[in-house]
Amino acid sequence: MIQFDQVSKRYPTGQIGLEDTSFQVDRGEMVFLTGHSGAGKSTLLKLIMLMERATQGQVRVGGRNLRSMGRSQIPALRREIGVVFQNHQLLFDRSVFENVALPLQIAGYSAQDTGKRVRAALDQVGLLDKEKLSPIALSGGEQQRVGIARAVVHKPSLLLADEPTGNLDPKLSAEIMALFERFNQVGVTVLIASHDLALIARMRHRVLTLKEGRLVADG
Amino acid sequence: MVDSGRGASRTKNTIRGATATPRRSSADERRAVEAKSRKKFQVRRKARPDSSERVSGALLHHQQMCRQSLSRLASTPVASLMTCLVMAIALVLPSVMMVAVNNIKQLSAGWDGTPQLTLYLRTNSEPVELMKRLSADSRIESLVYLSADQALAEFEQYSGLADITAQLDNNPLPAILVLRPELGALQGDGGGKLVAEMQALPQVDLASLDLEWIERLRQILQLTERASWLLATLLAMAVLLVIGNTIRLAIENRRSEIVVIKLVGGSDAYVRRPFLYTGLWYGASAGLIAAFLVQVLVLLVEGPAERLAELYQSRFELQGLGLEATLLLVVSGALLGWCGAWLASFRHLRDIEPR
Repeated sequence: MIQFDQVSKRYPTGQIGLEDTSFQVDRGEMVFLTGHSGAGKSTLLKLIMLMERATQGQVRVGGRNLRSMGRSQIPALRREIGVVFQNHQLLFDRSVFENVALPLQIAGYSAQDTGKRVRAALDQVGLLDKEKLSPIALSGGEQQRVGIARAVVHKPSLLLADEPTGNLDPKLSAEIMALFERFNQVGVTVLIASHDLALIARMRHRVLTLKEGRLVADG
Repeated sequence: MVDSGRGASRTKNTIRGATATPRRSSADERRAVEAKSRKKFQVRRKARPDSSERVSGALLHHQQMCRQSLSRLASTPVASLMTCLVMAIALVLPSVMMVAVNNIKQLSAGWDGTPQLTLYLRTNSEPVELMKRLSADSRIESLVYLSADQALAEFEQYSGLADITAQLDNNPLPAILVLRPELGALQGDGGGKLVAEMQALPQVDLASLDLEWIERLRQILQLTERASWLLATLLAMAVLLVIGNTIRLAIENRRSEIVVIKLVGGSDAYVRRPFLYTGLWYGASAGLIAAFLVQVLVLLVEGPAERLAELYQSRFELQGLGLEATLLLVVSGALLGWCGAWLASFRHLRDIEPR
């Protein structure tokens, strides 16, 4: 599903994002990505979404080589991937429903189809009764769950999450992680960047550890 | 939960396999793996809308953006109106010039553009022989004879000075021959030659070609028309800039929204759509306001213009924009708005990328 082959990313400032990193995530796997801040977790996720491009090496997502993808093909790639952000990236001038519906609108679903799928996604994250509210009226954990609903509403085959439990208390964090596990159980490949080592250890999934841009542990 | 044993063995495999596989395997194998995984990718995509559904989805988005952008404009009525007014005034200037040109054209339409050669005959000269001779001339298309009495009657009818002429004891007007020369015969100095030739005829007192002032008027009209087109072009650019700037600000205001849309896979066209509609609405409203302003201006000068025409006993009616020109103004305003929005969004949306 995801394949990094000797990938390096150096920023124009000379800062090293990733250095000679190779790994593979199979379809249906659930993998954690960990390391100190600045170790390259975000860079790695950005490379998968083509928010950044590798300076060296090959990144493949779903069998497609991202190097050969032009600017115009990026939206199609991102539509195949669901992403959960630490800061939610929700739009506060729209209702919860409209936020979650955004990927479907972009993909061109009919209004009827959109309604069904959005409610299904909100049901999965337990926010079905909040669809009409503005995200600003929700708690941090609820906002994060809206972000997750938006990430999975179009049934992506790959789900990425960047510090999804970043500023949540342990109980909420565990709930969010359990949610990701549920999606993984129905076949979605999940890659979660997190520095919450205690939580990750309890989850007992494969863990990729980055240090100063290099992959130092896998297992 | 995946058990740790399985997870560990798989990771071992994958890390060894992953670092080694792409280099060791032949190109064929790699291609096969890619094809397989691409196929899997596509199988999942089946759940997505097919092309006809996507078209209706895009149409739906068009409708939504069309409505949404209008209500966004309406939500800040004063600011929107200001922008529209600036553009409307830019559109009014050339429109007024066009209206003026059209009116003068209408005024001069009585002269259908082909010049006349008028021969004022000496009193008591015999016209029949002259007419015979002139109608044989290939340079002359047609000729009309007006006797002195007919000339007086026509003068009275057109000048409205019947009261004055009635007081005259004899008719001061000469008989005239109105010639319509062939246009080809007037090319170059043909016109001058013809006049000189006619002037030399013994029956002719005075030969006058009314070409000159008609020609002058036509040139002035042409110049004005050209000038108003140039002005229109310049001001159209001003409209583009105003729209461009407005859209740039709108894009800046909605930066976070654009980032999110790009993150979840919105294409450039999708991101651009609301702004294009905003430009379209701005332009169309500006066109409508401009048409209204022109109509107001016409109404304001209509009274004086008609009184002036009355003094000349003319039944001149000031023409406004008319339905067609109004439509043209609105449509070209909308088009300009759309183009300006396109230019601005093309430039600025590229710069907004999720980081």
